[in-house]
Amino acid sequence: MEAAVKGSGMNRKLVRKVALAAAGFALAAGGLAGAAHAQRDPAYEAARASGKVGEKMDGYLGIVGASTPALQRMVNDINIKRRAVYAKKAQEANATIEEYALTAGCIAIARTEPGEKYQAPGGSWQTRTSAPPERDSRCPG
Amino acid sequence: MTSAELTARCAAARTLFMQGNTTARTRAIRSLPLVVAGSLALGGCISVQAPEKPIVIELNINIRQEVIYRLAEDAGNTIEENAEIF
Repeated sequence: MEAAVKGSGMNRKLVRKVALAAAGFALAAGGLAGAAHAQRDPAYEAARASGKVGEKMDGYLGIVGASTPALQRMVNDINIKRRAVYAKKAQEANATIEEYALTAGCIAIARTEPGEKYQAPGGSWQTRTSAPPERDSRCPG
Repeated sequence: MTSAELTARCAAARTLFMQGNTTARTRAIRSLPLVVAGSLALGGCISVQAPEKPIVIELNINIRQEVIYRLAEDAGNTIEENAEIF
């Protein structure tokens, strides 16, 4: 009787330990996933939402209206990072950076939210509505 | 007195050998296509004028649609993986 009580107590401890470990693993995994899918910087998100920056056809970010040093720095920083990603992925896909960047531009424009700016095939800045954006005829559907 | 000549005299190009063993008439007939082609070429001249507007060459014009289609899925994943800069 005593042994049985002791045994169940130990089992309970073990269960608690396993649960804790599992929770720990879940947190770690969640953290990793969060790092891989990090969200936009609030300043960048605000600049997009207010239409100060827009998605260009060539796969890079552009300044839509008047430029400020801070805005220019932010756009340059993002575009340098984008270029690095394009270069790596283009090499893996046996394509040129320009080809990969243009493809990414097609998709980035397609994924703009209503209110955000994008560059139309003619080169003009357009505001995204709920309708599909005007894109290069070569862009995939 | 004889006049000085740089080269020795030779027979005029009137012998049958130099005329390719042809008569004047057959030569005329044979040269007819050339004459016709020449006059056609002259008549078909296209005059090219410089455009008033500057010529803008789109740099990415050579990127083909099939390349974009091949890369589309990969590029979509890349954007998701790097959401902080897209």
